[in-house]
Amino acid sequence: MSCFTSKFADELITNAAYIGTPGKGILAADESTGTIGKRLSSINVENVESNRRALRELLFTTPGALPCLSGVILFEETLYQKSSNGKPFVDILKEEGVLPGIKVDKGTVELAGTNGETTTQGLDGLGERCKKYYEAGARFAKWRAVLKIGENEPSELAIHENAYGLARYAVICQENGLVPIVEPEILVDGSHDIHKCTAVTERVLAACYKALSDHHVLLEGTLLKPNMVTPGSESAKVAPEVIAEHTLRALQRTVPAAVPAIVFLSGGQSEEEATRNLNAMNKLKTKKPWSLSFSFGRALQQSTLKTWGGKEENVKKAQEAFLVRCKANSEATLGTYKGDAKLGEGAAESLHVKDYKY
Amino acid sequence: MSCFKSKFADELIANAAYIGTAGKGILAADESTGTIGKRFASINVENVESNRRALRELLFTTPGALQYISGIILFEETLYQKTASGKPFVDVMKEANVLPGIKVDKGTVELAGTNGETTTIGLDGLGERCKKYYEAGARFAKWRAVLKIGNNEPSELAIHENAYGLARYAVICQENGLVPIVEPEILVDGSHDIEKCAYVTERVLAACYKALSDHHVILEGTLLKPNMVTPGSDCSSKAKPQVIAEHTVRALQRTVPAAVPAVVFLSGGQSEEQATVNLNAINQLKGKKPWSLTFSYGRALQQSTLKAWGGKEENVDKAQKAFLARAKANSEATTGDYKGDAQLGEGASESLHVKDYKY
Repeated sequence: MSCFTSKFADELITNAAYIGTPGKGILAADESTGTIGKRLSSINVENVESNRRALRELLFTTPGALPCLSGVILFEETLYQKSSNGKPFVDILKEEGVLPGIKVDKGTVELAGTNGETTTQGLDGLGERCKKYYEAGARFAKWRAVLKIGENEPSELAIHENAYGLARYAVICQENGLVPIVEPEILVDGSHDIHKCTAVTERVLAACYKALSDHHVLLEGTLLKPNMVTPGSESAKVAPEVIAEHTLRALQRTVPAAVPAIVFLSGGQSEEEATRNLNAMNKLKTKKPWSLSFSFGRALQQSTLKTWGGKEENVKKAQEAFLVRCKANSEATLGTYKGDAKLGEGAAESLHVKDYKY
Repeated sequence: MSCFKSKFADELIANAAYIGTAGKGILAADESTGTIGKRFASINVENVESNRRALRELLFTTPGALQYISGIILFEETLYQKTASGKPFVDVMKEANVLPGIKVDKGTVELAGTNGETTTIGLDGLGERCKKYYEAGARFAKWRAVLKIGNNEPSELAIHENAYGLARYAVICQENGLVPIVEPEILVDGSHDIEKCAYVTERVLAACYKALSDHHVILEGTLLKPNMVTPGSDCSSKAKPQVIAEHTVRALQRTVPAAVPAVVFLSGGQSEEQATVNLNAINQLKGKKPWSLTFSYGRALQQSTLKAWGGKEENVDKAQKAFLARAKANSEATTGDYKGDAQLGEGASESLHVKDYKY
């Protein structure tokens, strides 16, 4: 078989398709302890377990938000946490029809002999970990590969290593009942134009799908989490329609129709930018044999975080900010976003951090 | 750029899309001199230029047939031939809105160290030849790569060589204004089941699209000519058209990017009727199909026509009727509307499989 016959095949296919349900998308709430620490310090909140728990409870219990979500990606710690009245987060999610997901990579390390290019680690014992996560209620996983654009980057080595790492992770997930999100992020850092980003994105995605084929991955049971195709962070911005055109063309050239859904990462885009761009993609009339949705982290949480500031008395207001972004992005998956979301503080603020490390 | 900027880009994209027009498909009339000789021998016709010309004229001037044809693949000799009244074949085609195509490969040679696996030759001077063919009126090209299924076949070497040969051919064509048909034929020979064929087809097509990406080919300006996914010719269990359709479309969904405008199936050893019925089932199947699905048939369009003609002038009318029947049937199959009611010419249900077929 081009794909091995996982005993989980039907479940993987169903779950992957469900995640791409029109009107829904993914909340990426899988910031590692180190990364969430940076977020918390930006609002002067101490990076302790109770605060991390409180933030995630704020998000998951926002009235009306979960119907806009098909999945939430969690960090391992969060998978086992509970709400303040003792209810496991995974139960809260499942009751609202939201699939719990789990970040399974262990970050990046530099590739010797390259100009700061990286590969992602986490394959050792991954099968066992996936099994445990499945038992704990997880139904999909995420692994972030990172590439950058430069004079001589991404190199063939970096593309190959990251593509084959993603493929190996993907098939191990499928062996253990988790839908793998394949995330080959090409960083927005740089002064290149949108054409360069297009060329690199096409090259990277082509390599990914060759690797997935070589590793017998069941494409119908996967998701893709790519960057949108945009100019570099140091280049002039372009309209959402232009981003939509270039992004869709790149996907049409590389992503097989068997993939049920594409869930974009937001990279350094502001909340509002990310929503508008997703909306433009869903409005564009062109061949789109996969649903196009979101898997946003910063672009869903930024104004919520600022509004909360770590204070109990701000929870309600913060939840309102979160609901606004959830609804806006839900509409964007249908191409019906009118650009009228009440902009919370920071919603239009770029979230780009140069050379971002999770 | 992931694809180079051919000055012919817009034209390539328009022509490739046109070939996939609903209700139309390709007539593969590019049999080499040697191959057409075998066909002629089977109907006791001498293999001389005038007979080869007469056969092609019979096909191209069949009243009402060309409306079902978006392109015709020609052998080099035919590109420069004319009707009996002196009209160049390419003009006959152009007036009927049929794009002339040209076979540009030079056949296969064995790969040393393999179990009879082959690679296709023809890259030397290909650019110059394409230029000439474009000037003569050709607008698309075809190159046939061949793979086989066996215990250890297709090997990684055979897949790689054939995929990268196809990709190099494809970009050279695009540099010279010809839409390349990418044809990675996996022979039907063998006793394997349909699952094995599906597995191999997916592996081969994945390799092809990686090679095309590496070579900066503009996918919107290409066509794919694959085998359908079927059991091997010696497999004990046959598959219904719906099963063939399901496996074929799934394989394409897993490997062929949506940017490719059309998939034009080869008929392999299928009989005329089988090839039509299977194409029909493919178009009736509900599922994601972001490319049009049509035919590029040689034997499966010409078999009963050849038999009816027998090389005799007095049979031309009868032979043309047989050709029209198949052209119309396949046109209906591209929209899933074939009712199975084509008047079966002599030999229409006859398997056209020849073991280890060599063009």
